[in-house]
Amino acid sequence: MDGALRRTLNLARPDDIYNAVVDAHKGLSDEQCRVFDARLILLLVNHIGDEDVIREALKEAAVP
Amino acid sequence: MSSFTYRHYPYVRPPELDAPGKRRPVVIVGAGIAGPTLALSLATRGVPVLLLDDDDTVSLGSRSICQAKHSLEVWDRFGIAKRMVEKGITWDQGEVYLRDQAIYRFNLTPEPGHKFPAFVNLQQYYVEEYLYERCASEAPIEMRPLNKVVGVASRDDGVTLTVETPDGRYETAADWVVACDGVRSPVRHMLGLPYPGEIFNDRFLIADIRLEGDLPKERRFWFYPPFHPTNSVLLHRQADDVVRVDFQLGRDADPDEEKKPETIDRRLRQMFGPEVRWEHEWSSVYTFTCRMMERFVVGRVIFAGDAAHVVSPFGARGGNAAVADADNLAWKLARVIAGSSPASLLGSYCRERRMASQENIRQSTRSTDFITPKFEASRIFRDATLALARDFPFARALINSGRLSVPTAHTGSTLDTPDSGDDWVGGPAPGRAMLDAPVGDGWLIDGLGPEFTLLSFGDPVAALPGVTSVAVACSGLLAKRYDARPGTVYLIRPDRYVAARWRRFDKEAVGAALARATGR
Repeated sequence: MDGALRRTLNLARPDDIYNAVVDAHKGLSDEQCRVFDARLILLLVNHIGDEDVIREALKEAAVP
Repeated sequence: MSSFTYRHYPYVRPPELDAPGKRRPVVIVGAGIAGPTLALSLATRGVPVLLLDDDDTVSLGSRSICQAKHSLEVWDRFGIAKRMVEKGITWDQGEVYLRDQAIYRFNLTPEPGHKFPAFVNLQQYYVEEYLYERCASEAPIEMRPLNKVVGVASRDDGVTLTVETPDGRYETAADWVVACDGVRSPVRHMLGLPYPGEIFNDRFLIADIRLEGDLPKERRFWFYPPFHPTNSVLLHRQADDVVRVDFQLGRDADPDEEKKPETIDRRLRQMFGPEVRWEHEWSSVYTFTCRMMERFVVGRVIFAGDAAHVVSPFGARGGNAAVADADNLAWKLARVIAGSSPASLLGSYCRERRMASQENIRQSTRSTDFITPKFEASRIFRDATLALARDFPFARALINSGRLSVPTAHTGSTLDTPDSGDDWVGGPAPGRAMLDAPVGDGWLIDGLGPEFTLLSFGDPVAALPGVTSVAVACSGLLAKRYDARPGTVYLIRPDRYVAARWRRFDKEAVGAALARATGR
Protein backbone atom coordinates (compact mmCIF):
# COMPACT_ATOMS: atom_id res chain seq x y z
CA MET A 1 0.00 0.00 0.00
CA ASP A 2 1.43 3.36 -1.01
CA GLY A 3 0.12 5.89 1.49
CA ALA A 4 1.60 9.16 2.62
CA LEU A 5 2.87 7.59 5.83
CA ARG A 6 6.39 6.17 5.72
CA ARG A 7 6.44 2.45 6.49
CA THR A 8 10.17 1.78 6.24
CA LEU A 9 12.85 2.74 8.75
CA ASN A 10 13.64 6.46 8.89
CA LEU A 11 15.95 6.48 11.93
CA ALA A 12 19.73 6.33 11.83
CA ARG A 13 19.96 4.87 15.33
CA PRO A 14 16.61 3.15 15.83
CA ASP A 15 17.36 1.46 19.16
CA ASP A 16 18.51 4.71 20.72
CA ILE A 17 15.39 6.60 19.73
CA TYR A 18 13.03 3.79 20.68
CA ASN A 19 14.60 3.59 24.13
CA ALA A 20 14.59 7.37 24.49
CA VAL A 21 10.85 7.40 23.90
CA VAL A 22 10.21 4.57 26.35
CA ASP A 23 12.61 5.90 28.97
CA ALA A 24 10.96 9.31 28.89
CA HIS A 25 7.93 7.61 30.44
CA LYS A 26 9.91 5.87 33.18
CA GLY A 27 8.67 6.72 36.65
CA LEU A 28 5.57 8.52 35.42
CA SER A 29 2.13 7.69 36.74
CA ASP A 30 -0.57 6.71 34.24
CA GLU A 31 -1.94 10.25 34.36
CA GLN A 32 1.53 11.74 33.85
CA CYS A 33 2.12 9.35 30.92
CA ARG A 34 -1.07 10.55 29.24
CA VAL A 35 -0.11 14.19 29.68
CA PHE A 36 3.40 13.52 28.41
CA ASP A 37 2.08 11.64 25.37
CA ALA A 38 -0.40 14.37 24.56
CA ARG A 39 2.36 16.98 24.58
CA LEU A 40 4.62 14.77 22.49
CA ILE A 41 1.89 14.07 19.95
CA LEU A 42 0.99 17.75 19.60
CA LEU A 43 4.65 18.74 19.14
CA LEU A 44 5.28 16.04 16.54
CA VAL A 45 1.99 16.51 14.72
CA ASN A 46 2.73 20.19 14.20
CA HIS A 47 6.27 19.42 13.11
CA ILE A 48 5.11 16.85 10.55
CA GLY A 49 2.47 19.23 9.24
CA ASP A 50 1.39 16.97 6.38
CA GLU A 51 -2.32 16.31 6.96
CA ASP A 52 -2.35 13.12 4.87
CA VAL A 53 0.50 11.66 6.93
CA ILE A 54 -1.17 12.60 10.19
CA ARG A 55 -4.57 11.21 9.19
CA GLU A 56 -3.05 7.97 7.98
CA ALA A 57 -1.05 7.63 11.21
CA LEU A 58 -4.22 8.23 13.25
CA LYS A 59 -5.90 5.43 11.34
CA GLU A 60 -2.99 3.01 11.64
CA ALA A 61 -2.47 3.78 15.33
CA ALA A 62 -5.96 2.55 16.18
CA VAL A 63 -5.66 -0.93 17.67
CA PRO A 64 -7.19 -3.37 15.14
CA MET B 1 -31.59 47.61 37.29
CA SER B 2 -30.97 48.27 33.66
CA SER B 3 -29.18 51.26 32.16
CA PHE B 4 -31.43 50.86 29.16
CA THR B 5 -34.94 52.30 29.01
CA TYR B 6 -37.35 49.91 27.38
CA ARG B 7 -39.73 51.74 25.13
CA HIS B 8 -43.13 50.20 24.60
CA TYR B 9 -44.25 50.36 21.02
CA PRO B 10 -47.90 51.29 20.64
CA TYR B 11 -50.43 48.61 19.90
CA VAL B 12 -53.06 49.73 17.39
CA ARG B 13 -56.30 47.83 16.92
CA PRO B 14 -55.83 45.94 13.62
CA PRO B 15 -58.49 46.74 10.99
CA GLU B 16 -58.89 43.00 10.26
CA LEU B 17 -60.76 42.68 13.57
CA ASP B 18 -63.63 44.57 11.98
CA ALA B 19 -63.43 43.62 8.31
CA PRO B 20 -61.44 41.02 6.38
CA GLY B 21 -58.18 42.49 5.07
CA LYS B 22 -56.46 41.96 1.77
CA ARG B 23 -54.11 39.13 1.12
CA ARG B 24 -50.48 40.13 1.65
CA PRO B 25 -47.39 39.07 -0.28
CA VAL B 26 -45.42 38.40 2.91
CA VAL B 27 -45.96 38.33 6.66
CA ILE B 28 -42.96 38.14 8.98
CA VAL B 29 -43.54 36.59 12.40
CA GLY B 30 -41.16 37.82 15.09
CA ALA B 31 -39.36 41.11 15.61
CA GLY B 32 -35.99 40.02 16.95
CA ILE B 33 -32.89 40.45 14.80
CA ALA B 34 -33.84 38.45 11.70
CA GLY B 35 -37.42 39.76 11.34
CA PRO B 36 -36.82 43.53 11.16
CA THR B 37 -33.62 43.05 9.09
CA LEU B 38 -35.61 41.02 6.57
CA ALA B 39 -38.51 43.51 6.67
CA LEU B 40 -36.18 46.42 5.84
CA SER B 41 -34.47 44.46 3.12
CA LEU B 42 -37.80 43.56 1.49
CA ALA B 43 -39.33 47.02 1.95
CA THR B 44 -36.37 48.78 0.33
CA ARG B 45 -37.15 46.55 -2.68
CA GLY B 46 -40.73 47.76 -2.67
CA VAL B 47 -42.31 44.65 -1.10
CA PRO B 48 -45.02 45.52 1.45
CA VAL B 49 -44.36 43.76 4.74
CA LEU B 50 -46.54 43.00 7.75
CA LEU B 51 -44.31 42.38 10.77
CA LEU B 52 -46.03 40.72 13.73
CA ASP B 53 -44.60 40.41 17.23
CA ASP B 54 -46.10 38.90 20.37
CA ASP B 55 -44.31 41.50 22.50
CA ASP B 56 -44.30 45.29 22.45
CA THR B 57 -40.68 45.98 23.23
CA VAL B 58 -37.14 44.98 22.30
CA SER B 59 -35.03 42.07 23.56
CA LEU B 60 -35.21 41.62 27.31
CA GLY B 61 -31.54 41.40 28.23
CA SER B 62 -28.43 42.16 26.24
CA ARG B 63 -28.28 38.61 24.77
CA SER B 64 -26.53 38.69 21.38
CA ILE B 65 -23.83 41.34 21.83
CA CYS B 66 -21.12 40.74 19.20
CA GLN B 67 -22.21 42.35 15.93
CA ALA B 68 -19.89 41.13 13.18
CA LYS B 69 -18.51 43.15 10.28
CA HIS B 70 -20.77 41.39 7.80
CA SER B 71 -23.90 42.22 9.81
CA LEU B 72 -22.82 45.86 10.09
CA GLU B 73 -22.38 45.95 6.32
CA VAL B 74 -25.96 44.70 5.90
CA TRP B 75 -27.36 47.22 8.39
CA ASP B 76 -25.30 49.97 6.77
CA ARG B 77 -27.52 49.65 3.72
CA PHE B 78 -30.41 50.84 5.94
CA GLY B 79 -28.29 53.65 7.35
CA ILE B 80 -28.14 52.37 10.95
CA ALA B 81 -24.68 50.79 11.18
CA LYS B 82 -22.88 54.07 11.87
CA ARG B 83 -25.11 54.60 14.90
CA MET B 84 -24.30 51.10 16.12
CA VAL B 85 -20.56 51.67 15.74
CA GLU B 86 -20.81 54.99 17.58
CA LYS B 87 -22.85 53.52 20.42
CA GLY B 88 -21.03 50.21 20.68
CA ILE B 89 -17.52 49.12 21.55
CA THR B 90 -15.26 48.44 18.59
CA TRP B 91 -12.82 45.67 19.22
CA ASP B 92 -10.60 43.31 17.31
CA GLN B 93 -8.15 42.21 19.99
CA GLY B 94 -8.46 39.29 22.31
CA GLU B 95 -6.37 37.76 25.03
CA VAL B 96 -6.36 34.23 26.42
CA TYR B 97 -5.13 33.47 29.92
CA LEU B 98 -4.11 30.21 31.53
CA ARG B 99 -4.42 30.48 35.33
CA ASP B 100 -2.91 33.92 36.00
CA GLN B 101 -0.77 34.20 32.87
CA ALA B 102 -1.55 35.70 29.47
CA ILE B 103 -0.60 33.06 26.91
CA TYR B 104 -2.06 34.28 23.64
CA ARG B 105 -3.16 37.52 22.02
CA PHE B 106 -5.06 37.70 18.76
CA ASN B 107 -6.11 40.43 16.36
CA LEU B 108 -9.17 39.71 14.23
CA THR B 109 -8.32 42.43 11.71
CA PRO B 110 -4.93 41.42 10.36
CA GLU B 111 -5.02 44.15 7.73
CA PRO B 112 -6.71 47.55 7.60
CA GLY B 113 -8.80 48.84 4.73
CA HIS B 114 -12.39 47.91 5.62
CA LYS B 115 -15.22 50.36 6.33
CA PHE B 116 -16.32 48.32 9.35
CA PRO B 117 -14.34 46.67 12.14
CA ALA B 118 -14.33 42.92 12.77
CA PHE B 119 -16.76 43.34 15.67
CA VAL B 120 -18.77 45.94 17.49
CA ASN B 121 -20.17 44.92 20.85
CA LEU B 122 -23.64 46.31 21.30
CA GLN B 123 -26.46 44.93 23.38
CA GLN B 124 -29.24 43.28 21.40
CA TYR B 125 -31.83 45.74 22.76
CA TYR B 126 -30.01 48.63 21.06
CA VAL B 127 -29.71 46.71 17.80
CA GLU B 128 -33.43 45.96 17.88
CA GLU B 129 -34.32 49.54 18.86
CA TYR B 130 -32.39 50.96 15.90
CA LEU B 131 -33.98 48.37 13.60
CA TYR B 132 -37.48 49.14 14.92
CA GLU B 133 -37.01 52.88 14.47
CA ARG B 134 -35.83 52.35 10.93
CA CYS B 135 -38.76 50.00 10.22
CA ALA B 136 -41.19 52.63 11.55
CA SER B 137 -39.84 55.20 9.09
CA GLU B 138 -39.71 52.83 6.12
CA ALA B 139 -42.79 52.42 3.97
CA PRO B 140 -44.20 49.88 3.25
CA ILE B 141 -43.53 48.15 6.60
CA GLU B 142 -46.41 47.76 9.02
CA MET B 143 -45.20 46.69 12.48
CA ARG B 144 -47.77 45.28 14.85
CA PRO B 145 -46.74 44.78 18.49
CA LEU B 146 -48.86 42.53 20.72
CA ASN B 147 -50.01 40.54 17.69
CA LYS B 148 -49.36 36.93 18.57
CA VAL B 149 -49.66 34.21 15.94
CA VAL B 150 -51.74 31.37 17.40
CA GLY B 151 -52.69 29.47 14.25
CA VAL B 152 -50.99 28.59 10.97
CA ALA B 153 -52.85 27.01 8.06
CA SER B 154 -50.46 26.34 5.21
CA ARG B 155 -51.71 25.45 1.73
CA ASP B 156 -49.98 25.00 -1.62
CA ASP B 157 -50.68 28.57 -2.66
CA GLY B 158 -50.46 30.47 0.60
CA VAL B 159 -50.82 30.65 4.36
CA THR B 160 -53.55 31.86 6.67
CA LEU B 161 -52.42 33.05 10.07
CA THR B 162 -54.64 33.39 13.11
CA VAL B 163 -53.46 36.32 15.21
CA GLU B 164 -54.36 37.08 18.80
CA THR B 165 -54.46 40.68 20.03
CA PRO B 166 -55.65 42.42 23.21
CA ASP B 167 -58.91 43.07 21.29
CA GLY B 168 -59.46 39.54 20.05
CA ARG B 169 -58.45 37.34 17.14
CA TYR B 170 -58.28 37.94 13.41
CA GLU B 171 -57.12 36.05 10.37
CA THR B 172 -54.75 37.27 7.70
CA ALA B 173 -53.76 35.57 4.48
CA ALA B 174 -50.33 35.76 2.87
CA ASP B 175 -48.52 34.34 -0.15
CA TRP B 176 -45.48 33.75 2.05
CA VAL B 177 -44.85 33.66 5.80
CA VAL B 178 -41.37 33.99 7.23
CA ALA B 179 -41.03 32.64 10.77
CA CYS B 180 -38.35 34.62 12.61
CA ASP B 181 -39.90 33.73 15.95
CA GLY B 182 -36.86 32.43 17.80
CA VAL B 183 -35.48 29.18 19.11
CA ARG B 184 -38.83 28.08 20.53
CA SER B 185 -40.59 29.09 17.29
CA PRO B 186 -44.35 28.79 17.88
CA VAL B 187 -44.85 28.62 14.08
CA ARG B 188 -42.55 25.60 13.87
CA HIS B 189 -44.42 23.96 16.74
CA MET B 190 -47.83 24.68 15.21
CA LEU B 191 -46.71 23.03 11.98
CA GLY B 192 -45.36 20.06 13.95
CA LEU B 193 -41.91 20.31 12.38
CA PRO B 194 -38.96 18.61 14.09
CA TYR B 195 -35.89 20.47 15.34
CA PRO B 196 -33.18 17.81 15.53
CA GLY B 197 -29.81 18.38 17.15
CA GLU B 198 -27.51 17.88 20.06
CA ILE B 199 -28.01 18.91 23.68
CA PHE B 200 -25.03 20.05 25.74
CA ASN B 201 -25.13 19.60 29.50
CA ASP B 202 -22.56 22.12 30.70
CA ARG B 203 -24.12 24.99 32.55
CA PHE B 204 -23.00 28.61 32.20
CA LEU B 205 -23.80 31.87 33.93
CA ILE B 206 -23.92 35.17 32.08
CA ALA B 207 -23.72 38.17 34.38
CA ASP B 208 -23.98 41.49 32.56
CA ILE B 209 -23.02 44.21 35.01
CA ARG B 210 -22.42 47.93 34.93
CA LEU B 211 -18.94 48.63 36.17
CA GLU B 212 -17.28 51.98 36.71
CA GLY B 213 -13.67 52.44 35.74
CA ASP B 214 -11.20 51.77 33.02
CA LEU B 215 -12.53 48.70 31.28
CA PRO B 216 -10.62 46.73 28.67
CA LYS B 217 -12.08 46.84 25.17
CA GLU B 218 -10.64 43.47 24.24
CA ARG B 219 -12.17 40.04 24.70
CA ARG B 220 -10.58 38.18 27.59
CA PHE B 221 -10.86 34.46 28.13
CA TRP B 222 -9.44 32.58 31.10
CA PHE B 223 -8.87 28.88 31.51
CA TYR B 224 -8.68 27.97 35.21
CA PRO B 225 -8.30 31.53 36.54
CA PRO B 226 -7.40 31.94 40.24
CA PHE B 227 -10.86 33.50 40.84
CA HIS B 228 -12.71 30.54 39.27
CA PRO B 229 -10.10 27.78 39.35
CA THR B 230 -12.10 24.80 38.12
CA ASN B 231 -13.50 26.23 34.89
CA SER B 232 -13.32 29.02 32.29
CA VAL B 233 -14.46 32.66 32.29
CA LEU B 234 -15.09 35.13 29.46
CA LEU B 235 -15.06 38.92 29.92
CA HIS B 236 -16.38 41.25 27.25
CA ARG B 237 -17.27 44.94 27.25
CA GLN B 238 -20.50 46.41 25.86
CA ALA B 239 -21.96 49.90 25.52
CA ASP B 240 -22.84 52.02 28.62
CA ASP B 241 -19.95 50.65 30.76
CA VAL B 242 -21.62 47.25 30.79
CA VAL B 243 -19.43 44.16 30.80
CA ARG B 244 -20.43 40.60 30.16
CA VAL B 245 -18.92 37.98 32.41
CA ASP B 246 -19.62 34.42 31.31
CA PHE B 247 -18.74 31.78 33.92
CA GLN B 248 -18.55 28.12 33.01
CA LEU B 249 -20.22 26.34 35.93
CA GLY B 250 -19.88 22.68 34.97
CA ARG B 251 -22.44 19.92 34.61
CA ASP B 252 -23.39 19.55 38.24
CA ALA B 253 -24.17 23.20 38.96
CA ASP B 254 -27.55 23.85 40.59
CA PRO B 255 -29.34 26.43 38.40
CA ASP B 256 -31.61 27.64 41.22
CA GLU B 257 -28.64 28.31 43.46
CA GLU B 258 -26.61 29.94 40.64
CA LYS B 259 -29.44 32.32 39.77
CA LYS B 260 -29.46 33.88 43.25
CA PRO B 261 -28.07 37.44 43.24
CA GLU B 262 -25.90 36.71 46.28
CA THR B 263 -24.29 33.73 44.50
CA ILE B 264 -23.61 35.84 41.42
CA ASP B 265 -22.19 38.63 43.58
CA ARG B 266 -19.89 36.17 45.34
CA ARG B 267 -18.50 34.96 42.01
CA LEU B 268 -18.03 38.53 40.77
CA ARG B 269 -16.39 39.58 44.07
CA GLN B 270 -13.83 36.78 43.67
CA MET B 271 -13.12 38.02 40.16
CA PHE B 272 -12.97 41.79 40.65
CA GLY B 273 -11.74 42.00 44.25
CA PRO B 274 -13.07 43.91 47.26
CA GLU B 275 -12.86 47.49 45.88
CA VAL B 276 -14.91 47.32 42.71
CA ARG B 277 -18.60 48.31 42.66
CA TRP B 278 -21.16 47.11 40.13
CA GLU B 279 -24.82 47.07 39.33
CA HIS B 280 -26.63 44.13 37.80
CA GLU B 281 -27.87 44.63 34.27
CA TRP B 282 -29.04 41.18 33.25
CA SER B 283 -28.14 37.62 34.12
CA SER B 284 -28.92 34.22 32.77
CA VAL B 285 -28.04 30.67 33.80
CA TYR B 286 -28.09 28.59 30.67
CA THR B 287 -27.25 25.40 28.85
CA PHE B 288 -27.41 25.26 25.10
CA THR B 289 -28.22 23.07 22.13
CA CYS B 290 -27.06 22.90 18.53
CA ARG B 291 -30.06 22.28 16.28
CA MET B 292 -31.04 22.74 12.66
CA MET B 293 -34.29 22.20 10.80
CA GLU B 294 -34.23 19.67 7.97
CA ARG B 295 -35.72 22.23 5.58
CA PHE B 296 -35.83 26.01 5.99
CA VAL B 297 -38.58 26.35 3.38
CA VAL B 298 -41.66 24.24 4.12
CA GLY B 299 -44.34 24.92 1.55
CA ARG B 300 -45.12 28.62 1.83
CA VAL B 301 -43.54 28.99 5.27
CA ILE B 302 -39.88 29.98 5.48
CA PHE B 303 -37.78 29.82 8.64
CA ALA B 304 -34.91 32.16 9.52
CA GLY B 305 -32.63 32.89 12.47
CA ASP B 306 -32.87 30.89 15.70
CA ALA B 307 -36.18 29.43 14.54
CA ALA B 308 -34.27 27.52 11.83
CA HIS B 309 -30.92 26.84 13.47
CA VAL B 310 -29.26 27.41 16.82
CA VAL B 311 -25.69 27.06 18.08
CA SER B 312 -23.72 27.57 21.28
CA PRO B 313 -22.91 31.21 22.02
CA PHE B 314 -19.16 30.70 21.51
CA GLY B 315 -18.19 32.51 18.35
CA ALA B 316 -21.02 35.03 17.90
CA ARG B 317 -22.85 32.86 15.41
CA GLY B 318 -26.47 33.32 16.52
CA GLY B 319 -27.47 36.90 15.77
CA ASN B 320 -24.98 37.23 12.95
CA ALA B 321 -26.31 34.11 11.24
CA ALA B 322 -29.82 35.56 11.57
CA VAL B 323 -28.71 38.68 9.69
CA ALA B 324 -27.04 36.55 7.03
CA ASP B 325 -30.27 34.53 6.67
CA ALA B 326 -32.30 37.70 6.15
CA ASP B 327 -29.78 39.04 3.66
CA ASN B 328 -29.71 35.79 1.68
CA LEU B 329 -33.49 35.44 1.66
CA ALA B 330 -34.63 39.02 1.00
CA TRP B 331 -33.53 39.48 -2.61
CA LYS B 332 -34.68 36.00 -3.57
CA LEU B 333 -38.10 36.37 -1.98
CA ALA B 334 -38.50 39.85 -3.52
CA ARG B 335 -37.75 38.40 -6.97
CA VAL B 336 -40.18 35.52 -6.46
CA ILE B 337 -42.90 37.92 -5.30
CA ALA B 338 -42.23 40.21 -8.28
CA GLY B 339 -42.38 37.20 -10.61
CA SER B 340 -38.88 37.81 -11.98
CA SER B 341 -37.60 34.47 -10.62
CA PRO B 342 -39.37 31.14 -10.09
CA ALA B 343 -40.27 30.02 -6.55
CA SER B 344 -37.58 27.34 -6.90
CA LEU B 345 -35.00 30.10 -6.28
CA LEU B 346 -35.99 29.86 -2.61
CA GLY B 347 -34.59 26.34 -2.56
CA SER B 348 -31.16 27.94 -2.80
CA TYR B 349 -31.89 29.88 0.41
CA CYS B 350 -32.42 26.57 2.17
CA ARG B 351 -29.32 24.94 0.64
CA GLU B 352 -26.98 27.90 1.15
CA ARG B 353 -28.08 28.76 4.65
CA ARG B 354 -28.18 25.11 5.74
CA MET B 355 -24.59 24.85 4.52
CA ALA B 356 -23.76 27.92 6.61
CA SER B 357 -25.59 26.51 9.64
CA GLN B 358 -23.74 23.24 9.36
CA GLU B 359 -20.47 25.16 9.33
CA ASN B 360 -21.58 27.27 12.30
CA ILE B 361 -22.60 24.17 14.24
CA ARG B 362 -19.32 22.44 13.40
CA GLN B 363 -17.26 25.46 14.50
CA SER B 364 -19.33 26.02 17.59
CA THR B 365 -19.20 22.35 18.59
CA ARG B 366 -15.41 22.37 18.28
CA SER B 367 -15.16 25.45 20.49
CA THR B 368 -17.54 23.86 22.97
CA ASP B 369 -15.49 20.66 23.03
CA PHE B 370 -12.34 22.68 23.68
CA ILE B 371 -13.90 24.81 26.43
CA THR B 372 -15.82 21.91 28.03
CA PRO B 373 -14.03 18.66 27.11
CA LYS B 374 -16.46 15.73 27.01
CA PHE B 375 -14.07 12.94 27.93
CA GLU B 376 -10.79 12.53 29.79
CA ALA B 377 -8.43 12.31 26.78
CA SER B 378 -10.06 15.41 25.31
CA ARG B 379 -9.33 17.29 28.53
CA ILE B 380 -5.73 16.05 28.58
CA PHE B 381 -5.08 17.25 25.02
CA ARG B 382 -6.78 20.57 25.77
CA ASP B 383 -4.66 21.12 28.87
CA ALA B 384 -1.50 20.05 27.02
CA THR B 385 -2.29 22.60 24.30
CA LEU B 386 -2.76 25.34 26.89
CA ALA B 387 0.48 24.41 28.65
CA LEU B 388 2.47 24.36 25.40
CA ALA B 389 1.04 27.69 24.25
CA ARG B 390 3.33 29.83 26.37
CA ASP B 391 6.49 28.62 24.61
CA PHE B 392 5.23 27.28 21.28
CA PRO B 393 3.41 29.65 18.92
CA PHE B 394 1.74 26.78 17.03
CA ALA B 395 -0.13 25.70 20.16
CA ARG B 396 -1.58 29.20 20.60
CA ALA B 397 -3.33 28.83 17.27
CA LEU B 398 -4.97 25.61 18.51
CA ILE B 399 -6.58 27.30 21.52
CA ASN B 400 -10.24 27.43 20.60
CA SER B 401 -12.15 29.76 22.90
CA GLY B 402 -14.66 30.52 20.10
CA ARG B 403 -13.73 30.97 16.44
CA LEU B 404 -15.53 34.19 15.71
CA SER B 405 -18.11 34.46 12.99
CA VAL B 406 -17.04 35.33 9.45
CA PRO B 407 -19.30 35.05 6.37
CA THR B 408 -19.69 31.40 5.46
CA ALA B 409 -18.82 30.25 1.97
CA HIS B 410 -21.48 28.27 0.11
CA THR B 411 -19.12 26.64 -2.31
CA GLY B 412 -20.86 24.64 -4.99
CA SER B 413 -24.20 26.44 -4.73
CA THR B 414 -26.30 25.97 -7.86
CA LEU B 415 -26.49 29.77 -8.20
CA ASP B 416 -22.76 30.18 -8.67
CA THR B 417 -20.81 29.87 -11.88
CA PRO B 418 -17.51 28.16 -11.01
CA ASP B 419 -14.22 29.62 -12.21
CA SER B 420 -13.22 28.48 -15.66
CA GLY B 421 -9.50 27.98 -15.91
CA ASP B 422 -7.07 28.03 -13.06
CA ASP B 423 -5.43 31.41 -13.36
CA TRP B 424 -6.84 32.65 -10.05
CA VAL B 425 -4.46 32.63 -7.11
CA GLY B 426 -6.59 34.73 -4.77
CA GLY B 427 -9.64 36.93 -4.45
CA PRO B 428 -13.10 35.77 -3.38
CA ALA B 429 -14.10 32.76 -5.50
CA PRO B 430 -17.76 32.21 -6.48
CA GLY B 431 -19.71 31.23 -3.34
CA ARG B 432 -17.63 33.49 -1.10
CA ALA B 433 -18.53 36.85 0.39
CA MET B 434 -17.15 39.89 -1.39
CA LEU B 435 -14.38 41.81 0.37
CA ASP B 436 -14.51 45.48 1.18
CA ALA B 437 -11.59 47.75 0.27
CA PRO B 438 -10.85 51.46 0.05
CA VAL B 439 -11.90 53.16 -3.20
CA GLY B 440 -10.86 56.81 -3.52
CA ASP B 441 -12.04 58.55 -0.36
CA GLY B 442 -14.68 55.92 0.33
CA TRP B 443 -15.29 52.21 0.35
CA LEU B 444 -16.12 49.59 -2.23
CA ILE B 445 -19.29 48.52 -0.37
CA ASP B 446 -20.68 52.06 -0.69
CA GLY B 447 -20.50 52.03 -4.47
CA LEU B 448 -22.30 48.74 -5.13
CA GLY B 449 -25.82 48.54 -6.53
CA PRO B 450 -28.91 47.48 -4.60
CA GLU B 451 -29.26 44.33 -6.71
CA PHE B 452 -26.55 42.65 -8.85
CA THR B 453 -23.31 44.53 -9.43
CA LEU B 454 -20.74 44.00 -12.15
CA LEU B 455 -17.40 45.10 -10.76
CA SER B 456 -14.83 45.69 -13.48
CA PHE B 457 -11.15 46.48 -13.05
CA GLY B 458 -9.88 48.95 -15.61
CA ASP B 459 -12.16 50.11 -18.41
CA PRO B 460 -15.94 50.24 -17.85
CA VAL B 461 -17.91 47.40 -19.46
CA ALA B 462 -21.20 47.38 -21.36
CA ALA B 463 -24.26 47.78 -19.16
CA LEU B 464 -26.67 44.90 -18.57
CA PRO B 465 -30.31 45.48 -17.65
CA GLY B 466 -30.90 45.42 -13.89
CA VAL B 467 -27.19 45.27 -13.12
CA THR B 468 -25.20 48.13 -11.62
CA SER B 469 -21.86 48.49 -13.38
CA VAL B 470 -18.99 49.71 -11.24
CA ALA B 471 -15.59 50.29 -12.82
CA VAL B 472 -12.58 50.67 -10.55
CA ALA B 473 -8.91 51.29 -11.17
CA CYS B 474 -6.87 48.12 -11.25
CA SER B 475 -4.47 49.16 -8.54
CA GLY B 476 -3.77 49.18 -4.84
CA LEU B 477 -5.30 47.12 -2.07
CA LEU B 478 -8.57 46.66 -3.96
CA ALA B 479 -6.91 44.99 -6.97
CA LYS B 480 -4.75 42.89 -4.66
CA ARG B 481 -7.74 41.73 -2.62
CA TYR B 482 -9.52 40.66 -5.80
CA ASP B 483 -6.49 39.12 -7.53
CA ALA B 484 -7.39 41.52 -10.35
CA ARG B 485 -5.71 42.29 -13.64
CA PRO B 486 -6.87 44.90 -16.13
CA GLY B 487 -10.09 43.45 -17.58
CA THR B 488 -11.03 41.30 -14.57
CA VAL B 489 -14.78 41.30 -13.88
CA TYR B 490 -16.73 40.11 -10.82
CA LEU B 491 -20.50 39.53 -10.73
CA ILE B 492 -21.67 40.26 -7.18
CA ARG B 493 -25.05 39.16 -5.83
CA PRO B 494 -27.43 41.48 -3.96
CA ASP B 495 -26.32 39.78 -0.72
CA ARG B 496 -22.74 40.68 -1.62
CA TYR B 497 -21.58 37.19 -2.44
CA VAL B 498 -19.58 36.53 -5.59
CA ALA B 499 -21.69 34.75 -8.23
CA ALA B 500 -19.04 34.52 -10.96
CA ARG B 501 -15.81 36.11 -12.16
CA TRP B 502 -13.85 36.33 -15.37
CA ARG B 503 -10.53 37.58 -16.62
CA ARG B 504 -12.23 39.31 -19.51
CA PHE B 505 -15.74 40.71 -19.95
CA ASP B 506 -18.02 38.61 -22.13
CA LYS B 507 -21.60 39.83 -22.26
CA GLU B 508 -23.02 36.39 -23.01
CA ALA B 509 -21.12 34.73 -20.18
CA VAL B 510 -22.29 37.41 -17.75
CA GLY B 511 -25.88 37.00 -18.96
CA ALA B 512 -25.70 33.24 -18.45
CA ALA B 513 -24.23 33.64 -14.95
CA LEU B 514 -26.94 36.16 -14.09
CA ALA B 515 -29.67 33.79 -15.28
CA ARG B 516 -28.14 31.02 -13.21
CA ALA B 517 -27.79 33.21 -10.11
CA THR B 518 -31.46 34.21 -10.32
CA GLY B 519 -32.71 30.68 -10.80
CA ARG B 520 -33.95 31.29 -14.33
